[in-house]
Amino acid sequence: MISALFIQALQMSIVVLLAPMLTGLVRLFKARLLRRCGPSPIQPYRDLIRLLRKEAVIAENASWLFRAAPYLIFAATWVAAALIPTFATGLVFSWTADLIAIIALLGSARFFLALAGMDVGTSFGGIGSSREVMIATLAEPSMLLIIFTLALVAGSTQLSSIAAFMTSPQVGLRVSLAIALIALIMVAIAENARIPVDNPATHLELTMVHEAMVLEYSGRHLAMIELAASLKLLLYISLIACLFVPWKLADLGAGPLAYLVGLAAYLAKLAAGGALLALFETATAKMRVFRVPDFLGAALMLGLLAALLRFVSRGL
Amino acid sequence: MTGSVFDIAHMLAGGLVLVSMMMLYQDRLYALLNVFALHSLVLTLSVGWQAVIQDAPHLFVTAAIALIFKAIIIPVVLHRMIRQLGIHREIETVVGIGPTMLAGLGLVALATVVMLRVTPSADPIAREDLAFALSVLLLGLLIMVTRRNAVSQVVGFMSLENGLVLAATGAKGMPLVVEISVAFSILIAFIVIGVFLFRIRERFDTVDVRALDDFKGRRRK
Repeated sequence: MISALFIQALQMSIVVLLAPMLTGLVRLFKARLLRRCGPSPIQPYRDLIRLLRKEAVIAENASWLFRAAPYLIFAATWVAAALIPTFATGLVFSWTADLIAIIALLGSARFFLALAGMDVGTSFGGIGSSREVMIATLAEPSMLLIIFTLALVAGSTQLSSIAAFMTSPQVGLRVSLAIALIALIMVAIAENARIPVDNPATHLELTMVHEAMVLEYSGRHLAMIELAASLKLLLYISLIACLFVPWKLADLGAGPLAYLVGLAAYLAKLAAGGALLALFETATAKMRVFRVPDFLGAALMLGLLAALLRFVSRGL
Repeated sequence: MTGSVFDIAHMLAGGLVLVSMMMLYQDRLYALLNVFALHSLVLTLSVGWQAVIQDAPHLFVTAAIALIFKAIIIPVVLHRMIRQLGIHREIETVVGIGPTMLAGLGLVALATVVMLRVTPSADPIAREDLAFALSVLLLGLLIMVTRRNAVSQVVGFMSLENGLVLAATGAKGMPLVVEISVAFSILIAFIVIGVFLFRIRERFDTVDVRALDDFKGRRRK
């Protein structure tokens, strides 16, 4: 029990400590691919510390919601990220580590972010919120369909059980799983405001979505939001790794060596995920905002198709 | 062993349906052609795998025909044609991408429901292959219906033919003669269509088939 608690605590601290590193790593990979030098991967930590030291400037007509939202968003994202088995399965909270619960946590974080964007009443916040909600209305159903497919294949919505099922020999090559993976990657790109959907490095008013909502934040509030955004990226990469490449995940009660191997494998998976993301972002152009429904609609269709094909292969 | 045999056949045939859906999503001609080449490549792999599991060496010939003609020659020729016609920047769909994909999904559902109902006693791999092949066929028809540009209609036609080949190889014992004659008739059709494309273009200065409707005096609203 004590060791299980310790592992869970380790997991919670690992996700929050690694998240800025992952963001920095993706930025570094992108810069290198563009033949720039790029900042060091620990630059996001420096940014966060600087932001925490700075005074928070708050608009005159901001309500309590504006001040509370960053903490709520950060907390919800952190809990969601801590529920995903990153290097070990069978965490203490794994009975709550339901995929639907994780989506609900992320959904509530997004809800508060959209509210906070509209709270001050500037036009940019409003634009950002409306676009974010438009993306969410398509991304969430696709995510749920992907979950249904996985749950139908694995017979559970619990992450630990799905990961265990995926490593077992009975899973086989399933085309519905391949389709679900593609759809999940599309949703993850949209959810994390990465390049074809939104550019995380721009403040151009015509295109920004996420940045427009957080434009009014400064100081420690901004630090919370940035950390939550990094956590969300880490969460999605961990989720994909846990669901589709769950190798070397340590079981509960395995020796310290298994945990070390699991940890090393997790770090390798994160780095690989970050490198692939950077490669993809460098190779694609940002799409118009009005193309985003097509992109996410395709993810939704793929989710449906995956569920459908799942029934076909079971009907045989 | 039977598990992995079935899994790989399932994966490749399902991959063909997936690539067909990708073709529905593409609205640029070059992208459409690249996806079509991928489609033919997946077909080649699928037919090759069928050759291995059915122990039927003549299917390797089919796979080679698919690879050489459909994955290499036809895309390259169409690329060149698009460049000569000067239409490589055109974007066209009759209906939006969303409704098209929804219709495609409906067709896949229809194909699987029909095929699984009518073939209850057949071999699982053949059943699944037939269901997927019918989906690919219907999706190819859908591509032909939803596009205005004659070149993308040709691509839809070729993907439809890929579905036919998938069905033929899934069902055991299609003679090689039939396969070769089908492949060559497709090639002839392709050449004829190519000639027609240039004629249409010469006459109407466009390959948008709406021009033909206007010519016949049947106007669209």
